[in-house]
Amino acid sequence: MHDTTLTALAAGLAAGEFSSRELTQALLARIERLDGELNSFITLTAEQALEAADQADAARAAGNAGPLTGVPLALKDLFCTEGVRTSAGSKMLDTFVAPYDATVVEKLKAAGTVSLGKTNMDEFAMGSSNENSFYGAVHNPWHRNAVPGGSSGGSAAAVAAGLVPAAMGTDTGGSIRQPAAFCGITGLKPTYGRVSRYGIIAYASSLDQAGPMARTAEDCARLLTAIAGHDLRDSTSVARGVPDYTQELDAPLAGLRIGLPREYFGEGLDPAVERAVREAIGVFETLGATLREVSLPHTHYAIPAYYVIAPAEASSNLARYDGVRFGHRCDAPADLTDLYKRSRAEGFGEEVKRRILMGTHTLSEGFFDAYYKKAQQVRRLIRQDFLDAFDEVDVLMGPTSPTPAFDLGAKKDPVSMYLQDIYTIAINLAGIPGISVPAGFVGGRPVGLQILGTHFAEARLLNVAHQFQQATDWHLRRPAIAEETL
Amino acid sequence: MQWETVIGLEVHVQLATKSKIFSGASTAFGAEPNSQACAVDLGLPGVLPVLNEQAVAMAVQFGLGIHAEIPEVSVFDRKNYFYPDLPKGYQTSQMYHPIVGPGEVEITLEDGSTKAVRVHHAHLEEDAGKSLHETFADGRGHAMTGIDLNRAGTPLLEIVSEPDMRSAREAAAYLKAIHSIVTYLGISDGNMAEGSMRCDVNVSVRPRGQASFGTRAEIKNVNSFRFVERAIEFEVERQIELLEDGGEVIQETRLFDPERDETRSMRTKEQANDYRYFPCPDLLPVVLDRAYVDHLRDTLPELPAAKRARFQDELGLSAYDAGVLSASREMAEYFEAVKEVCGDAKLAANWVQGELSGALNREGLPIQDSPVSATQLGELVSRVMDDTINGKAAKQVFQALWNGEGQSADEVIEAKGLKQVTDSGAIEAMIDQVIADSPAQVAQYRDAEPDKRGKMIGYFVGQVMKASRGTANPQQVNALLKEKLDALC
Repeated sequence: MHDTTLTALAAGLAAGEFSSRELTQALLARIERLDGELNSFITLTAEQALEAADQADAARAAGNAGPLTGVPLALKDLFCTEGVRTSAGSKMLDTFVAPYDATVVEKLKAAGTVSLGKTNMDEFAMGSSNENSFYGAVHNPWHRNAVPGGSSGGSAAAVAAGLVPAAMGTDTGGSIRQPAAFCGITGLKPTYGRVSRYGIIAYASSLDQAGPMARTAEDCARLLTAIAGHDLRDSTSVARGVPDYTQELDAPLAGLRIGLPREYFGEGLDPAVERAVREAIGVFETLGATLREVSLPHTHYAIPAYYVIAPAEASSNLARYDGVRFGHRCDAPADLTDLYKRSRAEGFGEEVKRRILMGTHTLSEGFFDAYYKKAQQVRRLIRQDFLDAFDEVDVLMGPTSPTPAFDLGAKKDPVSMYLQDIYTIAINLAGIPGISVPAGFVGGRPVGLQILGTHFAEARLLNVAHQFQQATDWHLRRPAIAEETL
Repeated sequence: MQWETVIGLEVHVQLATKSKIFSGASTAFGAEPNSQACAVDLGLPGVLPVLNEQAVAMAVQFGLGIHAEIPEVSVFDRKNYFYPDLPKGYQTSQMYHPIVGPGEVEITLEDGSTKAVRVHHAHLEEDAGKSLHETFADGRGHAMTGIDLNRAGTPLLEIVSEPDMRSAREAAAYLKAIHSIVTYLGISDGNMAEGSMRCDVNVSVRPRGQASFGTRAEIKNVNSFRFVERAIEFEVERQIELLEDGGEVIQETRLFDPERDETRSMRTKEQANDYRYFPCPDLLPVVLDRAYVDHLRDTLPELPAAKRARFQDELGLSAYDAGVLSASREMAEYFEAVKEVCGDAKLAANWVQGELSGALNREGLPIQDSPVSATQLGELVSRVMDDTINGKAAKQVFQALWNGEGQSADEVIEAKGLKQVTDSGAIEAMIDQVIADSPAQVAQYRDAEPDKRGKMIGYFVGQVMKASRGTANPQQVNALLKEKLDALC
């Protein structure tokens, strides 16, 4: 039951092969038994899950079931969930119980899905390895010594290990796509504004976007249909109709124009990863697509621009964690300044502090023009690169990450960690959607193929990814832990 | 040396929206602490702001009211600083692209002359909460500070003037002009006691004739017209004294203490925060389409300056009367209602500024709380105009209405028998009686030189009026008396 797709489970529930309660219990048991090895969950919400499962079963019995009714999943611990601890992977929010549901959570509940718990993540979504969590690192289901990627590492590992059929992630610079690639699953970052950010603890507001992580593109399409849409509580969400993203999945790819950005196959790319990715891209040729090289000339500036803009926004977004109203407060503060200093010094981890400091610095008087303003100019150029490319091709393809999952503790230097996101970060700066699909293995570790489209081209991306998955079986490969039965 | 004072004002006006600028929580004043702060106002993790369209409309109305440029695009920025009553650790404001561009406010000085004060810009922002230091203790003897976030997120329009004012009086007149514009527009209740209007005052002095400005001090959070004048007067004196003693004014923020009537240093420029402004990524730029602005322009009410001009030009009031009667929207509305009922602008103006204002001042009441309604006063004036009552009786009627003794002027006139007697037969009978009762005075009158008699007639008029209990028509009494007395000579 655990080793199948969300789509298959939904069909099983619809056919009455098992109830949501049975499915939920089975998965909770797996998590109890196996997650000790992975540490992919921060909080399990078994009681609420069983209650929701019973409601789903009752709705089905009453003939009120929708396509996702009774389907279990997990939520990155960045989504506010009413009555449940929402930690953002930080000591700062270790005791924070959200009094409200994020819009995504509300929509998933309304669709009848059953959340099993909150998944591990890099603190405040800052990181590419999940090693920055107050709750400890997450282990890659394919290789316990390797990282699962980050920041949505817990969501990716849980799906890959068959603990849940799907999980929600967020992606500010690659945080859905890179862990999806490292764990051998499918992860979609939608267009900025496609999914409401309301109730998602902010890291970098102009870049953050929530999206589904699952076994297949088809699963992602079902979930995106449920969570996308305009939200009056998020001014940056876009008022635009939501299609049924499963409708276009089967469209043939004959005539599809694929662009291969020259800059995504250059220096720093692991040759074995390149081989795997080029081979995967070759599959599309057999499906009738045409390939051509394109250029995204400002790619080199993406990481520097990102590490100005994201920390600047973060330094402001994280100012509210001051020990006054909620979250960690130091013991016996001597005065207000002491309360601020110690609460924040104790509550935040190293990487979060580093980014707050960087952001505070770049926004300071005398530095603002040289950093923040310049970075925004670069951002416009990067966006224009993509728009120009999409004048000539339908989608872009390349590796999701320059290497497969690296070992835990391997990247001690923050800059080498930042360089991990070279192929994912520009996509957030441009606001376009991207999906990572399993495309092979290097040394027993999964490799991800990243497919990019223009703004609001999610249906096309899912179609292209789905057709690839019809022609290949990389997405069906399972780590040993997923094969384990109780 | 002769010194010249240079003053610029930053006025914070609380906009009268029903809900907050970025959330749906109520803005009503005086509720239980923290009962009007929702998740957004508390700055809980994950919440996002949504701009209140009413606040935008009000800001634009103000801009149109001061003939300002209204830029097509304005942008919200974050002003970052830590303070316990600032829940998000930043205030959402507009630093680089404010909603209202340069405009002009006309102020009226005490001699009736006017002066234009330029407005640099006006921008929208959210208010912070309140820290309450007085009433808390943790039970172990430690003082504690309470935070009330009801006010957090209340929409403010900050109106920044150019340094165009040259005296405390001008500054107060400017503040009054702003007050009158925002209350006319109905975009603020203008209640200074509740903090609906507060201002920061920038003051500097320079030798008369010098082109460049002196170093300024900023006096924070002054919240009454009177305090603005007093704070400036003190500060100007302080700066002049300092300079004349060979000292230097330093750029700093000062607080006005109304108890001790002085300003005190709060922080110097070196201690000033670096607010690290940057565009708020949670809010889209505000784009105003022309049709929207035009619609607001077309539906703008008549503003004080236009009203003052109309009172002078069309109603024939003096500059002084027009100024007083247009000073507040309530005053102008009351006056116009009285005029509407009685049909005579000058009489209406006299009554509103005379009898009514006198009574209101005695009782310390604002005109909107007047016990005598504009309709009642209008009818009273009409009764004077149509000779139903004379002026003296009219004052009695007014007093009766003020005391609530009757619903209308007619009712009071009837009940008190104040109707003017114009029946010449009745008046003649009273005159004959008075003449018969006053032989000595009649003899004096007869013996006096004819040109002295005019003055002497007053005695007889008084007696007749007394006999009529004030209801006889004084002009008639005069004419008939003269006739009868002269016949005796």
